[in-house]
Amino acid sequence: MVTLDSKVPDGPVAEKWDNHKFSIKLVNPSNKRKFDIIVVGTGLAGSSAAASLAELGYNVKVFTYHDSPRRAHSIAAQGGINAAKNYRNDGDSVHRLFYDTVKGGDYRSREANVHRLAQVSVDIIDQCVAQGVPFAREYGGLLANRSFGGAQVSRTFYARGQTGQQLLLGAYQALASQIATGKVTLYNHSDVLDIVTKDGEACGIVTRDMLTGEVHSHSAHAVVLATGGYSNVYYLSTNAMACNVTAAWRAHRKGALFANPCFSQIHPTCIPASDEFQSKLTLMSESLRNDGRIWVPRDRDETRSADQIPEDDRYYYLEEKYPSFGNLVPRDVASRNAKTVVDEGRGVGPLKNGVYLDFAAAIARDGAEAVKERYGNLFDMYERITGEDPYSTPMRIYPAIHYTMGGLWVDYNLMTTVPGLYAIGEANFSDHGANRLGASALMQGLADGYFVLPYTIGDHLAPKLGNTPVPTTDAVFTEAVQAVDDRTRQWTTKKGGTHGVEYYHRELGKIVWEYIGMARNEAGLQKALSEIPALREEFRKNVKVLGSPDGINSMLEKVNRVDDFMEFAELKARDALQREESCGGHFREESQTPEGEALRDDENFAYVSAWEWKGPDQPQELHKEPLEFENVKLTQRSYK
Amino acid sequence: MSKMLNLKLKIWRQDGPHSQGAFLEVDANDIPEDASFLEMLDVVNERLIDDDVEPITFGHDCREGICGSCGVMINGQAHGPEKATATCQLHMRKFNDGDEIVVEPWKAEAFPVLKDLMVDRRAFDRIIEAGGYISAPTGTPQDANATLIPKEVADTAMDAAACIGCGACVAACPNSAAQLFTSAKLAHLNVLPQGQSERWKRTENMVETMEDFFGSCTNHGECHDACPKEISLDFIAFMNRDYVKAKVKNRSLAAQ
Ligand SMILES: Cc1cc2nc3c(=O)[nH]c(=O)nc-3n(C[C@H](O)[C@H](O)[C@H](O)COP(=O)(O)OP(=O)(O)OC[C@H]3O[C@@H](n4cnc5c(N)ncnc54)[C@H](O)[C@@H]3O)c2cc1C
Ligand code: FES
Repeated sequence: MVTLDSKVPDGPVAEKWDNHKFSIKLVNPSNKRKFDIIVVGTGLAGSSAAASLAELGYNVKVFTYHDSPRRAHSIAAQGGINAAKNYRNDGDSVHRLFYDTVKGGDYRSREANVHRLAQVSVDIIDQCVAQGVPFAREYGGLLANRSFGGAQVSRTFYARGQTGQQLLLGAYQALASQIATGKVTLYNHSDVLDIVTKDGEACGIVTRDMLTGEVHSHSAHAVVLATGGYSNVYYLSTNAMACNVTAAWRAHRKGALFANPCFSQIHPTCIPASDEFQSKLTLMSESLRNDGRIWVPRDRDETRSADQIPEDDRYYYLEEKYPSFGNLVPRDVASRNAKTVVDEGRGVGPLKNGVYLDFAAAIARDGAEAVKERYGNLFDMYERITGEDPYSTPMRIYPAIHYTMGGLWVDYNLMTTVPGLYAIGEANFSDHGANRLGASALMQGLADGYFVLPYTIGDHLAPKLGNTPVPTTDAVFTEAVQAVDDRTRQWTTKKGGTHGVEYYHRELGKIVWEYIGMARNEAGLQKALSEIPALREEFRKNVKVLGSPDGINSMLEKVNRVDDFMEFAELKARDALQREESCGGHFREESQTPEGEALRDDENFAYVSAWEWKGPDQPQELHKEPLEFENVKLTQRSYK
Repeated sequence: MSKMLNLKLKIWRQDGPHSQGAFLEVDANDIPEDASFLEMLDVVNERLIDDDVEPITFGHDCREGICGSCGVMINGQAHGPEKATATCQLHMRKFNDGDEIVVEPWKAEAFPVLKDLMVDRRAFDRIIEAGGYISAPTGTPQDANATLIPKEVADTAMDAAACIGCGACVAACPNSAAQLFTSAKLAHLNVLPQGQSERWKRTENMVETMEDFFGSCTNHGECHDACPKEISLDFIAFMNRDYVKAKVKNRSLAAQ
């Protein structure tokens, strides 16, 4: 029987974290070296956690399927990272960042976690600057800031359009220094394919060496998953090609509850797809909305080029509908409105599948040089991909799947329902609710890795002093290794087969986008629930995997991941079906206001859906963690 | 619909580090000019799979020109013909219908071929581990604005830090030198006030580790031309100066 104990400390929200840090158990500095910790993932969350844990004295093994930790998907984040520094003197505070984040998440996140995030946000910037992260500066030498969608203060720190890259390099370099001291052992080219438990507790992992194909196991006192999000279930997304749900899904099958799987964020400013061979969608940073004006032609049959369309014939739909936020409305609102105008037939571009993001006014006001200084690399990227010059014609943008707010359920200590198994960064569910504000994922990954997990993990480890980790010769390990080896080899021993893995992934993505995308309804979700298992069956029978399991085999790497996406997608549909309310990026057509805005139902759905695995052919069981809002009053979000 | 191209490809195939490699000649017909170079390879791979031929292995992940995973020699040029562009950001509209394109892996002793077009670039990580960081253990550092960093200094640090570690500089260099990569990291950290206390130790250790793996620099400048981030050659000069100073300073610090 699973019980969801969130372990949220008592007391006023602003004091919870400090009180908690004082009351949880500590591991004495000289005893830390007696504990082994496995960290899976070297993105912002994993690298920062592994480096910080090693500095404390723990023995850390860190795993990634990349050749170098520096290539983790976090590297791609462009726009910036939030922190409640109030350097602009514009009324920001920890409380305001907390408030904006809870509201922005449409009241589906856990207040205590979000408050802690806002509190430590301040330390993150200090930590990164100390490491040498070259954040943008003013001429006087002070840090520069900008504002991001959903916020009315300038609290976003950035390093040109490469913020994620610089933050990750900072964390990777901290990790590299620990690798050099020997406190961290790095296992690159290692695909983690299972989580091992003994007597219900996490004790290790199973990996496949992607260069040799050998399957190995590793044991430790605790396992930390920092494996990122599941956006690639949609096939086309802004995520790196190798992002996947496998580690989280395998943990789910071992008893970790999966929370809010239907919550996916849709990013409003991506380059629209140009043809059927497209392999991924490219994000154009949301910061562009600070200076770009979004519009479509009023006339559906408009044929003139953008610069020939006079003001009166342009429909600046965000500015008209949401005068106080205008182009800076939160992502879900911006995305939904783009979909609406495109569905109405007002889309622009050869496939009529985009809206304009126009810099003409900014260029006229500030000059092309100033615009180039701010967004130059993004403009270059756009030009390379589309062959169009955004300085002279407006960009074309459309929403795309970008980030996942669901993930493994964790308590306040970031521990899953499997004792000893932690989930941090995008892999957990806790801080963003149904929607994520811009510049808050980087903040969460680093908060978890630098400032939360290193404290909370001690609470689990302290009582284990003197215990050696379960040896990898134990039956739980040998059986897990065998199971992974069998599962992996079965794909290549199959004869015949109709299509490669890519084909099935693309087919799955179409179903998920169509029925669990920006707008959902009951009939569509039922359809997804019948089509996904059928596709999964066909995939398992007919997928064609060539080559050998011994050595590098990119198809084989992918087939296990798509297999897990196939099971995950079904849970995602089931979760979306039971949530009969509109919330964040999850728009249930049955639940809308008379003006067509998302309508939340707090009476019935102010909870986290946490699903328990019941076996391969059984539907998962739903558990609910009720959400209480003591500090941020539940109100309908309005950006008018 | 975008225009379609018909191309002839010669792609390097090699089973492993110790196997013999050979070119595979394939026709790549009906490739949309809006496709990226890697999407073109995806299409070729799907067709190979249909014919029961193992697909070509190549490194890639973000497909946004930022992770540094991709990179092949295209007609002898690292990342292909377009300036300041990683392979994943190169689009087929830069080619003409009927072109023959030769695709090979990075060539450098320090980057052994793992399979087909994929090489092992872990030597770069060894250089970073030798000192490519500022020791600032997680804790409670001073307020970020307590250190003033003039905009020009922050901009220079950022120019250097923009390196994506793809290895094109090494692949393009006739001597397979890694000066551009190493100097970029050194310049990023050595120009910042936070980087000063470890500056000389960092410089000496990184340069010497680099020399253990890579060839020597004879100032050809090919690295800069191949670099998708246009990392400046000035950083190499900066590194050389810092290295000479480091040799002197480290000796006097050690009171020799
Ligand atoms: C294009 C883009 C722009 C973005 N811009 C912003 C922004 O401006 N601001 C912001 O706040 N957020 C932004 N985000 C979101 C943010 O980048 C991510 O949410 C965040 O970086 C996730 O970090 P992470 O450490 O949790 O996971 P990741 O960085 O995804 O790292 C996952 C790690 O886990 C490893 N891994 C996963 N599975 C396995 C396995 N089975 N075996 C071995 N290793 C495994 C991977 O190798 C990788 O090292 C952006 C995202 C994208 C895609
Ligand atoms: S795939 Fe990431 S840089 Fe090309």
